[in-house]
Amino acid sequence: MPIWLTESEYSTLHAACNRLLPPQGDTPGAGDAGSADYIDTLLGAFSFDPPRIWAGGPTSGRAGGDACFEQFHPLTALDELAWRTRIEGSQNLTEREFNGPVIGLQQRYREGLASLGPDFTTAEPDEQDRRLRANREFLSLLFEHTCQGMYGAPEYGGNRDTVGWRAIGFAGDVQPRGWTDQEVSAP
Amino acid sequence: MTVDAVIIGSGPGGSTAADILTRAGWTVVIIEKGRNHLLDPEDLTRPSADYSNDEIKFTHRFFLGPDPFLEPRTFRTGVDEGDHSHVGEVNSIPSTVGGGGTHADGKTPRFREVDFRMHSTFGPQPGADVVDWPLTYDDLEPWYALVERAVGVAGTAGANPFAAPRSGPFPMPSGTPMYGATLSSAAAEKLGFHPYAAPTAANSVPYDGRPACNNCGFCAFFGCPIHAKGDPVALLTRTMATGLAELWPETYVSRIRTEGRRATGVDYIGPDGVERSMDARHVIVAGGAIETPRLLLQSEIGNELVGRFLMVHYQTIVLGVMPFDVYGDRGRAVTHVHDDAMIPDDLSKAAAKAAGLPWMRGGMVEHGGGGLPASEARAYPWGPTHLEQMQESPMRRHLWAFIMQGEDLPYATNTVDLDLSIRDVRGFPSPRITYKGGTHELAASAHHGPRLEAILKEMGATSTMLTSSPGGEFAGYKRSMAPGSRHVIGTARMGTDPATSVVDPFGRLHDLDNVIVADSSVFPTASGYGPTLTLVALAARAAGALAGTPAESFDPTLP
Repeated sequence: MPIWLTESEYSTLHAACNRLLPPQGDTPGAGDAGSADYIDTLLGAFSFDPPRIWAGGPTSGRAGGDACFEQFHPLTALDELAWRTRIEGSQNLTEREFNGPVIGLQQRYREGLASLGPDFTTAEPDEQDRRLRANREFLSLLFEHTCQGMYGAPEYGGNRDTVGWRAIGFAGDVQPRGWTDQEVSAP
Repeated sequence: MTVDAVIIGSGPGGSTAADILTRAGWTVVIIEKGRNHLLDPEDLTRPSADYSNDEIKFTHRFFLGPDPFLEPRTFRTGVDEGDHSHVGEVNSIPSTVGGGGTHADGKTPRFREVDFRMHSTFGPQPGADVVDWPLTYDDLEPWYALVERAVGVAGTAGANPFAAPRSGPFPMPSGTPMYGATLSSAAAEKLGFHPYAAPTAANSVPYDGRPACNNCGFCAFFGCPIHAKGDPVALLTRTMATGLAELWPETYVSRIRTEGRRATGVDYIGPDGVERSMDARHVIVAGGAIETPRLLLQSEIGNELVGRFLMVHYQTIVLGVMPFDVYGDRGRAVTHVHDDAMIPDDLSKAAAKAAGLPWMRGGMVEHGGGGLPASEARAYPWGPTHLEQMQESPMRRHLWAFIMQGEDLPYATNTVDLDLSIRDVRGFPSPRITYKGGTHELAASAHHGPRLEAILKEMGATSTMLTSSPGGEFAGYKRSMAPGSRHVIGTARMGTDPATSVVDPFGRLHDLDNVIVADSSVFPTASGYGPTLTLVALAARAAGALAGTPAESFDPTLP
């Protein structure tokens, strides 16, 4: 079950992510690698307590230390105002509209995914690409988030089992191990 | 309660003032509008565990602030653009406990003698207001030496042939050189440049109770997860350990209150949103060169020069794609720099003449690697070739870059003021940056860019690209006309004459006897070196003067 998107929106998003960063060899496309979940988690960040905005520190456990990334930071009232407005839009609420109305990510995704058409998942790849290109503003947003989902820390919902990092030979977070002087100066 | 000093801003300047004043027995309250992710909230004498190797929260989600929704800034290149041409992020140096020190990769060079004597050395520039500082390198040297120990700076005396004289060694040896930097330094030397290990406020050995840097690579724009970066965590933890200081994060100073020639305290809004007042015998303003003039203007204090002569560093960015992995994701982001562009040679003198300029200087050139993968991924076209591009990684694994922090000249038309058409979340007018590089900056960039490209080619680059910030295009992206440099300087310049400056040589406002500015706002000229160590030394000197503690009175064995 998706966190915020409907099942059909999620399917469209999943297929779109797979077109933007398609599978190659052993590496899954971004949809299968978790970018759709990264985006759905951001859109539904306030379904969690604390909200899934900022992963914790200092370590993830992948290079030693404790699995602290999983413990997301609590937000202050102002942080929550900013992120709720960014995600949910200003919704005519005075406290969110001190510089005017804000269209939120939820609305941009709902409308953007709808613009790809109800049959996007079954459309031919070329047709999928044509529809993605037809909505440049949404494509730009989607590409940005798809990249973050593929190559950001897995705790945000994407980069499943660090598949994105492994595919490109990136070590990811390395604390508390770090790199030895030899690895830095004479790798 | 009346404290001896209220300090507005907990960045390198405010933290230094707090350290010096509490050492002298003063009581202080440090007010910071951002959140505290630097110190352990249960024990403010210890660092926190909030920082991490996390590209998402630091690079894409405003973890260190400011959040451009809550605190938008506005930008325009000139008054012809109306109120503004851009609203949102402009020079977003962090708004958080520790300020800009938290995200910097800790380059902490001293300025040289000439940087304090620009007018005497080089003379005027048409359209700019080039002046000498009201103090010399020799006046500041003892404070440089003190704050290098206090912050913890690693470096090698004598490595930079152009460096000003030092009264002693660096407190720590230089840290591990990055692989790419060893190659770019060798190439630069071959072409006659003088690269050296950059003085860096990251521990090369355990120092002052903090560990040595372990080279994680998440350095520039990241908080240090192990607190090997000293600035300003070292200053703040020591300050809090005196028991003489309080730290109030998430608290916004809305006004400095005054009576006649004295400030009596400040109005502030705490995390609960309630406005209150506090009394203080002295007010130290250390919000940085954007927030400081904003507060002075909002408080209607300081003279008509407040906000004028904003300088950034006009960045010349030169990228080279190497046919080998440069391992730019390991190490302190930048371990080597060279200063040659700041020392006019025959070629740059000829370029200045050709541009119709009497003289020209560039800035310190940083040798560094590429970015992180989520950001890199946006640089390649989407579709079936994307993964291949990420694996070949011309923009990360194979990218070596020079950033020249070009010296900006002071122009009266480059300013920070209040934009009444845009508000922050608390209802106050946003700071507006009006900025455009002058002929000097553009000519210096145009001249030095190709010389830097030549070094990257010597290093083995198969292709090179040249761009700048502000302006220019890069990889199909049109870059913003708003400057990307986080080195923000000027706007409350120091001098002896109230007709031509805002503060006196000790940072004191000419028109108020007990308000001190303790950040890079006070610089009369920008140099081409990162401003942090110099603003820290000036803040220490100003606080020392206030408390009657000369630099020599501090135990040199103490950090």
